[in-house]
Amino acid sequence: MVKEVQIVKTGIKIPLAKPKIGVAGKTGFWRITKPVIDYDKCVKCFLCEIYCPVNVIRVEPDQGPVIDYDYCKGCGVCVDVCPTSALKLVQEE
Amino acid sequence: MTTSNPQSPKPRPPLPYNMREVVLPGDAACPGCPIPMAWKVLSAVFGEKMILVIPACCSSVVVGAYPGNSLKASVVHVAFASAAAVASGIAEALRKRGITDVQVIAWAGDGGTADIGMASLSGAAERNHDIIYIMYDNEAYMNTGIQRSSSTPYGAWTTTTPIIGKTEHKKDVAKIMIAHGVPYVATASVAYPHDLYAKLQRAKKIRGFKFIHIHAPCPVGWRFDPKYTVRIGKLAVETGLWILYEYYDGKIHLSGPSRPYIDPKKRKPIIEYLKLQGRFKKITEDKIKEIEKYVEQHWEWIKRHM
Repeated sequence: MVKEVQIVKTGIKIPLAKPKIGVAGKTGFWRITKPVIDYDKCVKCFLCEIYCPVNVIRVEPDQGPVIDYDYCKGCGVCVDVCPTSALKLVQEE
Repeated sequence: MTTSNPQSPKPRPPLPYNMREVVLPGDAACPGCPIPMAWKVLSAVFGEKMILVIPACCSSVVVGAYPGNSLKASVVHVAFASAAAVASGIAEALRKRGITDVQVIAWAGDGGTADIGMASLSGAAERNHDIIYIMYDNEAYMNTGIQRSSSTPYGAWTTTTPIIGKTEHKKDVAKIMIAHGVPYVATASVAYPHDLYAKLQRAKKIRGFKFIHIHAPCPVGWRFDPKYTVRIGKLAVETGLWILYEYYDGKIHLSGPSRPYIDPKKRKPIIEYLKLQGRFKKITEDKIKEIEKYVEQHWEWIKRHM
């Protein structure tokens, strides 16, 4: 079993991509409809956070869901999975 | 409070918070894309300790272009047919170096699995390398403009089957993998993340080749409103078209969400699933009967092997 592998310096730069928020820019600009939360109806079931494809919804234990509108693409998946209709889609201005 | 909840009748613990970390916002996916949804479940199971091997498919676009990457995990972009071969090589290299806590995952679409990558997939399964091969099935070549693949279902419109829809049935890759005799095969859906989470946890503990087939409704290619991604995934299971099961120890184990639908009376009519999608707009009564017959045959096969 080889425990240590020597890395040979060749001088060639390998193009390595680094993790970055917003590789496609601020995707919030794509939005035509915007999800808006009614905090009175929210039961904090976490479904919107679990299903959000852009990973921008955070359900905080005391406050409820918070959406990062810089990157929300407005697909409306959170609105469709919400069991109490606490989320609503409104037209973007 | 949760008793009035129609979509989750029992209060379930939320998926762990580490679902938040790996998938970064602002990727290049279309609105309503199922791919990052499934990645969030992967990140809940493996965290940053995974190496994704991605051949040419939607996912290689979704993670973004150099110098950025929308995943905090390692990603290796490879040629179309070689996902399983490269993943096997990486798994063997890690084993030689004594690294055991990193999971190698080949993440390919249905074209890269059922059509182009079939040969290398079959080879890797036969050699039983310690990898998880995940096929996310959006049922056509969506990235290049919705061309028909062998995984496209019967009657579906694509740009290469424009008039009467596809006239052949879907290739069942999970059955092919069961025939290879690999230790673990499962089908899952992005609409059931808890189920997918449990399946990945089981796969993580098994050494050898694992295959997971994920049903992933694509809003662009299937012609539906992006907000219905999860609803259509659920309807596919509730109508019995998509059956969630696991195969290990030589037997098929039906998963929780699919268990009620073993009884044909409890299944919803297939038209409910078809009418939401623009790709089935021109489907005729005869074709719906043919799909029903196919679904019944598939269930019979599942019952025989339970």
